[in-house]
Amino acid sequence: MYEIVHKEALSPNIKLIEVKAPAVAKKTKPGQFVIIRIHEKGERFPITISNSNKDEGTIQLIFAEVGKSSILLGKLNEGESILNLAGPLGNATDTKDYGNILCVGGGVMVGALLFQMKVLKGSGNNITTIIGARSKDRLILIDEARKYSDDFYVATDDGSEGRQGIEFLKEILQQKRFDHVFTMGPTSMQKIVSEYTKSYNIPTTVNLFPIMVDGTGMCGACRVTVGNTTRFACVHGPDFDGHQVDFDELISRMRFYNPNEKIAMVLYEGV
Amino acid sequence: MTAIKSQVDMPRQEPNERIKNFDEVAIGYNAEMALEEASRCLNCPKPQCVKGCPVEVPIPEFIKLIKEGNYISAAKKIKEKNSLPAVCGRVCPQEDQCQKNCVLGIRGDPIAIGRLERFASDWERKYSKIEKQEIQFKGGRVAVIGSGPAGLTVAADLAKLGHKVTIFESLHAAGGVLMYGIPEFRLPKEIVQYEVEYVNSLGVEIKLDSTIGRLATIQELFDDGYDAIFIGSGAGLPNFLIIPGENLKGVYSANEFLIRTNLMKAYKFPEYDTPIRVGKRVGVIGAGNVAMDSARCALRLGAEQSNIIYRRGRDEMPARIEEVENAEEEGIHFEFLTNPIRFIGNSRGFLEKVECIHMKLSEPDSSGRRRPEPIPGSEFTIELDTAIIAIGQSPNPIIQQTTQGLETTRHGTIIVNEDSMETKIPGVFAGGDVVSGAATVISAMGAGKLAAKSMHQYILSKKGILQ
Ligand SMILES: Cc1cc2nc3c(=O)[nH]c(=O)nc-3n(C[C@H](O)[C@H](O)[C@H](O)COP(=O)(O)OP(=O)(O)OC[C@H]3O[C@@H](n4cnc5c(N)ncnc54)[C@H](O)[C@@H]3O)c2cc1C
Ligand SMILES: Cc1cc2nc3c(=O)[nH]c(=O)nc-3n(C[C@H](O)[C@H](O)[C@H](O)COP(=O)(O)OP(=O)(O)OC[C@H]3O[C@@H](n4cnc5c(N)ncnc54)[C@H](O)[C@@H]3O)c2cc1C
Ligand code: SF4
Ligand code: SF4
Ligand code: FES
Repeated sequence: MYEIVHKEALSPNIKLIEVKAPAVAKKTKPGQFVIIRIHEKGERFPITISNSNKDEGTIQLIFAEVGKSSILLGKLNEGESILNLAGPLGNATDTKDYGNILCVGGGVMVGALLFQMKVLKGSGNNITTIIGARSKDRLILIDEARKYSDDFYVATDDGSEGRQGIEFLKEILQQKRFDHVFTMGPTSMQKIVSEYTKSYNIPTTVNLFPIMVDGTGMCGACRVTVGNTTRFACVHGPDFDGHQVDFDELISRMRFYNPNEKIAMVLYEGV
Repeated sequence: MTAIKSQVDMPRQEPNERIKNFDEVAIGYNAEMALEEASRCLNCPKPQCVKGCPVEVPIPEFIKLIKEGNYISAAKKIKEKNSLPAVCGRVCPQEDQCQKNCVLGIRGDPIAIGRLERFASDWERKYSKIEKQEIQFKGGRVAVIGSGPAGLTVAADLAKLGHKVTIFESLHAAGGVLMYGIPEFRLPKEIVQYEVEYVNSLGVEIKLDSTIGRLATIQELFDDGYDAIFIGSGAGLPNFLIIPGENLKGVYSANEFLIRTNLMKAYKFPEYDTPIRVGKRVGVIGAGNVAMDSARCALRLGAEQSNIIYRRGRDEMPARIEEVENAEEEGIHFEFLTNPIRFIGNSRGFLEKVECIHMKLSEPDSSGRRRPEPIPGSEFTIELDTAIIAIGQSPNPIIQQTTQGLETTRHGTIIVNEDSMETKIPGVFAGGDVVSGAATVISAMGAGKLAAKSMHQYILSKKGILQ
């Protein structure tokens, strides 16, 4: 059992929790994730670790309440526990000194990006950051992200805060020469970022989240096509070269269980 | 000369009933049947049967106890050598192991050793309780990675010898393939958990959610004070065909399909949260135990037609005969000498059909195996909305990736000294599917037994108890 020692709401449907898991906290590096299961009949689902505190023995998870499992997780209060938590899974991000880097984060994954940024800053990188969300009320952790950035931009899909849309990324790519780009966020956003950076030939690390079951290379549910070969995101990733990823296939595969998830949700809300 | 009585049949659920549920297909002997079958055993003074059992179950002795009506003692007798008798009694390929050697088999039916083993252990489970064993701790500390049959055997044997054992299991349940792969209707999960509890009762600690290589490396386990380490991480990495269309929606690896169904109980969705999608027409590629299990699960999950697609012929199928018969009775359809060449999807990325080619078998090669060869121009398509790829598994990769100095073959299996099961790293032993490649429960247990013996020696000499 893994106790929730702290909980807060970052936006109407995004929660942050700190979970007691000393052994996991000790080993965690940015880019890695945990797989959790909340109750005896629950499913296994992954959440990226967005911070770890080795002294307190805790890890931080930030998640959006989008379906039954994440809503159940959001209902757990401080003092309550998660039944199973395995991690840290996946390979850590390569956080060396690249020089000038651009970090593009969207939605709920901004927390995980921030974790990368902190370590990348420590390695000596000069960081330009773009944080985006659908609208103003969904933007999270802006002030913290600004702290670790040398240049900082905000964007929303509807223009309710900062710049509108992702188009202006092109301007930024034109203004400054970047040695590397990191992006974490909705898959459709990571796809667009990778397309833009490809035309400027800037190496881009994406962090993928296909459907997963075990997270240790045993099911193949998480397979993605990278450079025409099949890779398992949980053991070969989740970081990949964004210019090599077949995003359309990934996006299609991620929707496979939507009808079932809708049933689960309808029945759950019915209770 | 008196005729040899034939083997007592084991009752089973009727095929048209059982395809609607996940309850156990084989119902097992009752006491009367067990007594009758046991009475056929000759109690050979030099029993050949035992030679066929990799963990040396004292077969005549336990059968004698059954004859005498001492069923619980019979179970205890088996457990002196085999910590998982209810599992082995159900899934051992007995026809190739103990029963193959039984002298009665020369002129008639061999003793149904597996069924008797199952009977005794089921009786014990029903009529006695697991008692916490008091074993004096006088040895070393051992870390076992993986809680499949290999890991459980090493843990139980070393605990009995007085070592303090911790098992690290990456999943949220212990048992390895017994939990996540073999379906409920062949091996009820409650029984696996009972056997795990028995290993637990010997003083073995089981840490779930612990992926070694990520949570801690082998070196870090030594740093934590473990004297010896056993790697029993299995062969769980699914192989794919590497043909076009394999990532279409509706194409599963057998492992994903079986993990969802068995470990996560997707057959009880939405009572359980894990979903599974099975179409009307299912094609399973391959013809081993894993393929049979997948095809039979698909049927129980509502498929109208469940097909086995196999590139060789009927006689070459690697699955256990009993399971092939069960599958046929249940209406599984077989396409032999057929090899898929590409999966074809619709505009929304869902699988619609598979294009196959007919095969013929060549003359036997030097190894005696007849290789399948495509017949040019024989391409045809089969309509499918679900495909399950069951063409084998490779070793789980994480430990190999994260441990320096561990030597592996190009297939990813760990290289050991076969007399001791020790790897190239002193104090690190390995066995089961991660060494042999995908094999059987009993061979994994046999490897575990051997490893436990040499780990015991290793620890004693390390501690200076033995020179
Ligand atoms: C490696 C990895 C890291 C992840 N990290 C985070 C994280 O840090 N924070 C977070 O909130 N979520 C993260 N996710 C996604 C998270 O696992 C899913 O949101 C969760 O499984 C949803 O379960 P549910 O039952 O609540 O919703 P479901 O009912 O399963 O889904 C509801 C909706 O969410 C969408 N959805 C489901 N799974 C995913 C997914 N994997 N990615 C994107 N959309 C999905 C579905 O298409 C559906 O529309 C991660 C996923 C992976 C694979
Ligand atoms: C569907 C199916 C049906 C089968 N049917 C039969 C049958 O009828 N009869 C028969 O004899 N055999 C059968 N087999 C084969 C048999 O199950 C295996 O040979 C046997 O389970 C191998 O045992 P093992 O202990 O080596 O590994 P496994 O049973 O694979 O156990 C390995 C365990 O290690 C864990 N692990 C892996 N990596 C790590 C890590 N890094 N850290 C911690 N834990 C880790 C895994 O999660 C797993 O629990 C079947 C196999 C399958 C898949
Ligand atoms: S463990 Fe398997 S091989 Fe050994 S006696 Fe029992 S059924 Fe036979
Ligand atoms: S060989 Fe057959 S008859 Fe002889 S002891 Fe073994 S099981 Fe009994
Ligand atoms: S999640 Fe199962 S192989 Fe990656």
